[in-house]
Amino acid sequence: MDNEYLKPLPAPDHLTAPFWDGCKANKLLLQRCKQCSTSQFPPGPLCTKCRSAELEWSEASGKAKVYSWIVVRHPIPADVYKDEVPYVVALVDLDEGPRMSTNIVDCVPESIKDGMPVEVAFKQVSDAITLPLFRPAK
Amino acid sequence: MWNLRDQCAIAGIGYTAFTKNSGVTVLELATEACMKACQDAGVNPDEVDGIISFNFGDSVPSMSVATAMGLKDPQWVVEYSSGGNAANLITLAATSAIKSGLAKNILCFRAMNGRSGFRLGGGRQMAAYGVTQFTAPYGWITYPQAMAMWCQRHMNKYGTTKEQLAHVAVQFRQNAMQNERAMQRKPLTFEEYHSARKIVDPFGLYDICLESDGACATLITSAERARDMKKKPVYIMGGAYGGGPAQGEDLFDIIRWPDPAENFAPYIADALWKSAGIGPMDIDVAEIYDCFTYSVIMALEGLGFCKPGEGGPFVAAGGIRRDGPLPTNTHGGLLSEAYIHGFNHVIEAVEQLRGEAGVRQVPNAEIALTTAGAMTCGSAMILRR
Repeated sequence: MDNEYLKPLPAPDHLTAPFWDGCKANKLLLQRCKQCSTSQFPPGPLCTKCRSAELEWSEASGKAKVYSWIVVRHPIPADVYKDEVPYVVALVDLDEGPRMSTNIVDCVPESIKDGMPVEVAFKQVSDAITLPLFRPAK
Repeated sequence: MWNLRDQCAIAGIGYTAFTKNSGVTVLELATEACMKACQDAGVNPDEVDGIISFNFGDSVPSMSVATAMGLKDPQWVVEYSSGGNAANLITLAATSAIKSGLAKNILCFRAMNGRSGFRLGGGRQMAAYGVTQFTAPYGWITYPQAMAMWCQRHMNKYGTTKEQLAHVAVQFRQNAMQNERAMQRKPLTFEEYHSARKIVDPFGLYDICLESDGACATLITSAERARDMKKKPVYIMGGAYGGGPAQGEDLFDIIRWPDPAENFAPYIADALWKSAGIGPMDIDVAEIYDCFTYSVIMALEGLGFCKPGEGGPFVAAGGIRRDGPLPTNTHGGLLSEAYIHGFNHVIEAVEQLRGEAGVRQVPNAEIALTTAGAMTCGSAMILRR
């Protein structure tokens, strides 16, 4: 699978590995502050609200609402995305608070609306990486 | 807050041809523009003791240009690793260096083979490190794709339309048709705008700036010294840089940005106007960073030329026309003149304030605005004659 996959692959690091490990197990994990209970994404060394370093990983519901989106029609790089267009990249607001970029799948681009409820749909793309995509909520 | 009102001036400007393929190195482009800026000011390069630029992986170091020009004793040699957001910041940094005594005469430049060499619009590296691991794997890779997300948010929130974006593209093209430097001088009709190839919704081809080879340079010095130089000084009246608390890990990172319906502009507006002691109504000509049609609307709203959400109606009502209340991007901007990362906006502002803009001249232009950047951080200046 790794040899055929041409799209950018995440390079997990010390901060982000737990997130990607979670995706591999089909769990959407967010950093949550033990001091002020704020959830944050992307992961960072401190809680950006209260600057506490006491952070824990917590499973999110996977429910979100579409905040903004684009429909990519011109593929760049062409050799990687020519068979993918049109595809949708979106910012979604997770029920737990943080915003996340993702792809919206399982629907036509024209049907996407501001505030549309979506739910996580994990897609394994390599031995190591599973991406959290979103689809219209059932 | 920057507090050097009228204490420094732009004494010289220089630029190369703007082309798709310069056929020369970036070092040659930068050196040509810098030498022309010295000649324009009537300053012997021996007297230049500072040089600053900004780059995005496609420039040439200040040090190289200083060496190529044979500068005798450069004492302030600075590089910002940054995008168009720094196009005014480097000038503000030069003023602080001049007033603190670090240097007397400073060259500011931006040089790039942005079409024939490293193409910013062409994408990014495919290995996704840092925050990019949460964006690029979804095929969210290029700058048009990044800015389209902001634009769609503005459309969701305020009902901004493609027809309003078209006014920006068409108006700037009309300005470029009057500009012999401009790379795009063919007429652009509303019909052509709307029927253009779709790149990434909501953007079509004409919402996206050009890719260019070229260089621009200015010579900055104290107001006193500028008055003894060849050209009439253009004073740096005000300036600001910023973007609030969530500027991101790189220019692309807007995951934590509070509301992509607004960019850095409202975060710097107060400091900008206070530093100059004037307000939006006092601006005679505006050169606004237009990497995309939509970024003009965000700047107009964020700096107070109109209220949030009214930028679309403002441009559609002729607000940015050359004969309107705010003549904007009189050279054609990044959309139709050239993409020299916003530094060409500074050149145009200086020519307007000097009265050197020929058929493009805005009558009696005394005060100009330049902005730089379109996303989470940026800079702006107020210049006066």
